[in-house]
Order: sequence, then structure tokens, then C-alpha cells
Amino acid sequence: MNPEDVKLPDDIDSELVVDGPTTFPVDRRDFVKLTATGLLVLVAIDRTGAIAAPQGRGGGYPTDINAYVHVGADGRVTCLVGKIEMGQGAMMALPLLLAEELDVAPASVDVVMGDTDLCPWDMGTFGSLSVRQFGPTLRQAAAEARAALVEMAAERLQVPASRLATKDGVVFDTADATKKIAYARLTEGKRIERTLTNKPAVKSPAAFTVVGKSVPRRDALDKVTGQAKYAGDIVPPGGALHARILRPPAHGATLASVDTSAAEKIAGVKVIRDGDTIAVLHEHRDEADTALALVKAQWTRNDPPFDDVTMFDHFLKAAPPPQTSGQGGNVADGEKLAAEVVERTYYDSYVAHAPMEPHAAVAAVEDGKVTVWAGTQTPFPLKNQIMQALRLPAEKVRVITPYVGGGFGGKSGSRQGVEAARLAMLAGKPVRVQWSREEEFFYDTFRPAAVIKIRSGMDGAKKLVLWDYLVYCAGDRGAAHFYDIPNHRTLTRGSWGGGGGAGAAGLHPFAIGPWRAPGANTNAFARESHIDELAAKAGLDPVEFRLKNLKDPRMVRVVNAVAQKFGWTPKAAPSRRGVGIACGIDAGTYVALMAEVAVDSTTGRVQVKRVACAQEMGVVVNPEGALCQIEGCITMGLGYTLSEEVHFKGGQVLDTNFDSYELPRFSQVPKIDVVILDAKDIPAQGGGEPAIVPMGAVVANAIFDATGARLYRMPMTPARVKAALAKT
Amino acid sequence: MRPVSFTLNGKPTRVTVDENRPLLWVLRDDLGLTGTKFGCGEGHCGSCTVLVNNEAVRSCAMSIGDVAGKKVTTIEGLAAGGRLNAVQDAFVRHTAFQCGYCTPGMILGAYALLLKNPRATRAEIVSQMDTHLCRCGAHVRIVQAVETAAAAMKGGTR
Repeated sequence: MNPEDVKLPDDIDSELVVDGPTTFPVDRRDFVKLTATGLLVLVAIDRTGAIAAPQGRGGGYPTDINAYVHVGADGRVTCLVGKIEMGQGAMMALPLLLAEELDVAPASVDVVMGDTDLCPWDMGTFGSLSVRQFGPTLRQAAAEARAALVEMAAERLQVPASRLATKDGVVFDTADATKKIAYARLTEGKRIERTLTNKPAVKSPAAFTVVGKSVPRRDALDKVTGQAKYAGDIVPPGGALHARILRPPAHGATLASVDTSAAEKIAGVKVIRDGDTIAVLHEHRDEADTALALVKAQWTRNDPPFDDVTMFDHFLKAAPPPQTSGQGGNVADGEKLAAEVVERTYYDSYVAHAPMEPHAAVAAVEDGKVTVWAGTQTPFPLKNQIMQALRLPAEKVRVITPYVGGGFGGKSGSRQGVEAARLAMLAGKPVRVQWSREEEFFYDTFRPAAVIKIRSGMDGAKKLVLWDYLVYCAGDRGAAHFYDIPNHRTLTRGSWGGGGGAGAAGLHPFAIGPWRAPGANTNAFARESHIDELAAKAGLDPVEFRLKNLKDPRMVRVVNAVAQKFGWTPKAAPSRRGVGIACGIDAGTYVALMAEVAVDSTTGRVQVKRVACAQEMGVVVNPEGALCQIEGCITMGLGYTLSEEVHFKGGQVLDTNFDSYELPRFSQVPKIDVVILDAKDIPAQGGGEPAIVPMGAVVANAIFDATGARLYRMPMTPARVKAALAKT
Repeated sequence: MRPVSFTLNGKPTRVTVDENRPLLWVLRDDLGLTGTKFGCGEGHCGSCTVLVNNEAVRSCAMSIGDVAGKKVTTIEGLAAGGRLNAVQDAFVRHTAFQCGYCTPGMILGAYALLLKNPRATRAEIVSQMDTHLCRCGAHVRIVQAVETAAAAMKGGTR
């Protein structure tokens, strides 16, 4: 990469992704300042094959380290990443990894994220991959940058490189401490290209000095003062018009006729029609709302013949053929060994992402180049979509990702970014598309509703001998069990993702997609509920039963750790104490939860009083950040467990706001106790998703322990709890 | 259209607008104060909370005409003289946010409670904040932060 390529545009101040107040230690203005002096260049190295580059999805990680790191003449280091910050804390963890390998103070590192003109390509921020998968790439780039700086210092200081060491952005002679030079002086005013003869290794965890220590959030001051900019807050020069787009009443509906004459009479309104897309634009959002309400449209409906009650029958008929995602032994042999074959069916509902920030984007066109500020988890794929939609070459599209107000998988799709770009082109003015809450529910890529059938058995010694698992519509993530079972099979019919409106092959009436640990919550609910039921049948304590049937030492460790944290005393369920356990493996991380619940038998209402969590996630980069993610997982998990459920009829989504779609609230939040296990010998694993996975099951198991009633369907609403209680 | 005069973050302010327009969009579109967030548009989530005469209100559900002659405080007006107020400071100390989108509303909702009731108990805090939604699950930390802020405000710290 040439220095010219990374020079920022002159108007960068109006385009800052992360523009902090001056009191904030990490300030993008430093970056602007250093680039303005033209001293942004560091090293260009032949790095062929040095970085494991996942290809596909429209790109690959660059092999040039300049794409990831810049050392400025003033000593500030800039970490460039294609990931985005949506609250999960990648903005803290990734610069820590860079600081560690480069040997600079974390406070000297600035970060630029999710800007397709400035940052290295990335497929998107999802799957708990930022640290787990991109982390090694970033570390390697930083290690190579450090090695290059050492070689440069060796020449400047006339000292063999083998005698040099680095600390806090300075290269020094280990034999003579007076011989030293700062990184900034090595790069000052020069363009340097260097080919490393030996590829350096990254540090071993034992050598870490900054990784593993909590750091304060870089976004704290921005976010508590209202200065943090989200996509809808961006005001390009000259301002932007709000666009409201006419939406169908149901998925599958087509526009029959439309009359925009009344809307056009509102002062300042501009109406755009592009094919079936009708948009009303106004300087003020509320006046655009008023105009949209005046558009008269007739629609031809084409609804699928099922709803949120009849959907399960539909899935059983319409799901694609089974795929085997795991097996061992022979299930027929297992049936012979089983003292009894237990068959159960589990059900889960469609769930919305419901981030507090609805999808938003602002687009501006200048000299034929469209810049889109979007709340997205996938800036680079969004850039590709805009290029295709508007038939523009790569250099004519830039996506900038400001702070994202929650994603959870729902902003992997960024239709609003394409809408804003298209409308800005048509309007000849910058355009802001900020979805209403109703649009957010309508175009959400829901977590799919699902059905899971399990056939299992244990022998006379209470050892599992049969596990026959068939999941409809939730996909295979988290479907495979981790118990020690000689005869088992895991079959999957239909994925957790795919398709736009009218669903993938008619299976779903609307788009479905990744929802925090896609499919794994549903699979864990079925598996861990079922294991619990077998434990009760065996007359054994559910922890004892699990340990009896587990061999995986990592899982055994988290089960024992959570029992200690929770203060578990063994007793077979139902013990009437209202306690339960559930476990899971997700994103390479092992997690076990224990919960205590109170069930109101009159109302059916469940209060989760406390949750303990033990998690083993390999190397922990930023412990405070990991803790926030675990707490967030447990709290968010209350929703799909107890109250969240998308209601629909055919293609019409009946939930349009938070009056009927119930998110977890303060009064429902339990006391949370977390232990993160030390596992420095294991590389860093995922942290954003694992702890949400066992939430459904741990609550179901605690309800059973409290009442003797087993819930087979999520969410476990008061009505469903009462119905289950009535059967006991 | 008529002129509406009010005090905004301590400064006399006058806008000439249709008085039925929502306060939220006048703040964001006309006055450029984007710290007040649009979350649901129907008063369910609390992201657009501002203070009107020190009472927490949902700015999406209040018209600009209704604040005539009153004192409006948004998140931008809370850090007087560049110094964080007790609630903001406590949110930083406790990392009481993740994505930050609900944070301005949370902070103003909590501040309104503590202005009225500096001795608010945990139960009172939970009750007051129960109509504010947070999707990231920062609830535990938010309650801790409000407790810390209450202690600071009782001690006379702003």
C-alpha cells in the first residue's frame, strides 16, 4: 500500500467515525493531525502467506501490514480494523492485541473501525469472531511491524538486532540502555519499505503484559455525554433529507396502485418513485411521517397459509431433507441397550433482534462517489451491495460505520444502507433513512421458530446409551451434544438463516437470520431440558447425572466451577428449591449456568432471582469486557426465555412495537455471579455469545425443580407456565 | 407556525415551528441535538427521554408547544462546565452501558429520580427505570451506577 492510499480526505472532520471530546485519552483528532503532517507511513513488507486470510464473501484479509497499523511521528499508533463497535467492546479488545505485539502502551493506540476506505477488508462483525478469528491476523501484523522496527533500529543504532528489545514504543539495546530509539523517530518523515527475512512469531501468553488486564472503555465519555454519533445522527454538509419509504402491509404483498397526491401537497415534501419504491422526503422527520401517512396504496396480498400457532405443523411438512451433522455408534444398538426410550418434542418461537437503535443510514453523493454512514455489522458486504444496486465501481462507494446501537446479528443485513444510497442518487441530495420501530420489526431477520425431536435412553447404570436428535429450522450450531454417549445421531432439517421475504423455499414467511449464537439457544434448550428430564427419571441430582455422563474435561471443569460459584447442594429434582443447571459450548467457549427461580403458581409468572455463570474462553483479552458480555448474555437471554415471541399471521408481522413485544426489564433482572476460568494455554475464544446459549434451559430446569412442571416451549410465558402447572 | 420560547440547557431558545411537532424531532432536526435518541416513537423505550422542568419526559410523545416557557435539559446540557454530573460519572465508573444508544435516556431518567428523591432505594431505582429499555443487558451495572450517583448527590456532589 502506498502512503497516498491511506491519506485521509481533507474533510475528515465531518466524517469521523469515532470523534471523541478533547478530554478523552484516545482522540481521533490525533489521527487527523498526524495524517495531515504526512507522516503516516510505516513499513511495507512482503508478507505473502504470513496472514491466514479467510477468502470468500467478497474479499480477504490484506497481506500488507500497513492496512492494519500506522505509527505516527508523534508516537501515536493507529489500529485499523474492518470490525465495528456495537457495544460488544471490540474497540477495546482489538487495540489491546495490537499494543501487546507491537510493545506500545495501550493508551497510545487510536482505533479506526468499519470504514471501507481506511480499514482492511472484513467480512463482518458476527459469530464472536473479532478476537477469536481476526485477533490472530491483527497480532501477526503487529508482530511483523515490531520486527521491522527492530531491524530499522539495528541499522540506526549499529547494534545487532538480536541484542535489541522493545518496550513502550522504544527499541533499546539490552547491553547498553543508553542506546535506544523511539518508533516515532524511526518512522519520522520517511517512507520505509522493508522485506523481513524471518517472519516473527507472536508472543506466548506467558509473555503478555497488557492482554489480560481490564481497560476502560474508549467510548465512555462519548456515550454518557450524547456526543457519540450513530448513523442517524450524521449530518453531511448541507444537511440530509429524511426519507420515509412506503412499506407493504405483509411480506409477499405487491403494490397494485398508489396515489401520492395528498402527500405532495405538504410544504417541503419531495416524492420519489423508482419502480415499486415510493419514498417521501422532507427536511424534518415528523413531517415526512405525516406525508407518508397520506400516501394511499392498494396492495395485492400473497400470504403463506400459516401463523404463529400453526407454524410447527408447517415446518414438519415443509422442512428440507435431513442432513447428518454428527453421529457415532448406531442408534438401533442404543435402543436395544436402553432400559426405556424417552421421546420428547421441543418448540421455540420466532424472536426479534430489537436493537435499541433501529436500522439507519445517511448517504451523500459527491463527484459521483457515494458515501454511506450506516449502522451495520457488515460494512464491506454492504459496500458490495451498493455497488451492485447502483452499478458503481468500488472506488465510487464508501461505507463508514459510526457507533452501532446494538446488532446481535440483526445488522448483518443492512438493506437501509442500499435504500439511502439509492434515494440520495435519485434525490440529488443527501438522504437519511432511519427505520421506524414498525419497519424494524417488519424487516428484521428473525431467529427462526423451530421444532426439535429427541429420542434417548439410558441403561440400568444411568449411563446414556442412545441419543437421536432431529432439529427442524434451527440449524446445526450447538446441535451436537457433548455427553459421553456411545450411540448417537444429530440430524438437521433447515438452517437458521437465509432468504428474504416469503422465506427460504416457503419455509418461513419472512427473512430469518443470525440471532446472537444462531440456533444454539434453541438447541441448548432442547438438549439441556432433555438431559435434565433424564436425570429426574434416574432419580439423580442433575449435576451428578451430567458429570456421570461427561468426559470432556473442559465441560467437567465449568460444571464444577459453576456449582461452586452458585453454592449448589445435590438433590434430585424436583426439590422445590427452584434451582437448575444447563451447559453449552459455543464459539469455542465452554459455559455452564445455574439459576434460582420463583414461580407464582397463580399468575404463572417466573422471576429469575439469581444466575451463576462459569465460563472458560481461553485467553481473556479484556476481563472487564468479557464480564460485560456475559452479563449482557444472561440479561438478554431472559427475553427469549420468558417473554419474547413474534406474532404473525401469514406475511403480516403483528408485533410493531414494544407494547406487545416484551424485552427484559430492570425488575426481571437477576443477581448475576460470574467466574471466568483461567485457561491461558488455550487461544482466545468467543465471548459475545456463549453465555446466552443455556439461558432457556437453565430457567426451564429451575422451573421444573420448583414445581415439577416441565416446559417444552419457549418463551415460557405466564400462560404456558400455568398450562404446564395444570398438568402436574 | 408560531415562535416557541423556552430554556434549553440553560440558554434562552426560540424556534418558529408548528407547535404540534414532537419535541424529539425539533431537538434533533431543527436544533442539532442528536444526543436525544429515536428508539420507538411511541413512548415505550425511553431512549428519547429529556427533562422538562426537571421531570423526565418522553420527547417523542411531547409537542414543542408544550415546552413553551419551560426549562428543557438534554444529555448535552448535563455536564456543566465540561464536568460530568454525578450520574454520568457513575455510568463511566461502572461501565453501565454497551452500545450506548439507550444511555442518554437512562442517565436523564435516573437523574430526574435522584433530583426528586436523592435517597432512592434500590427498589425505587428499579421501579423508576423499569420503563427504560436496554437491549444489551447493562441493567445490573446501570442500577449500581444510579446507586453510586445517589450516594454522590446525597453528599452534595453535583
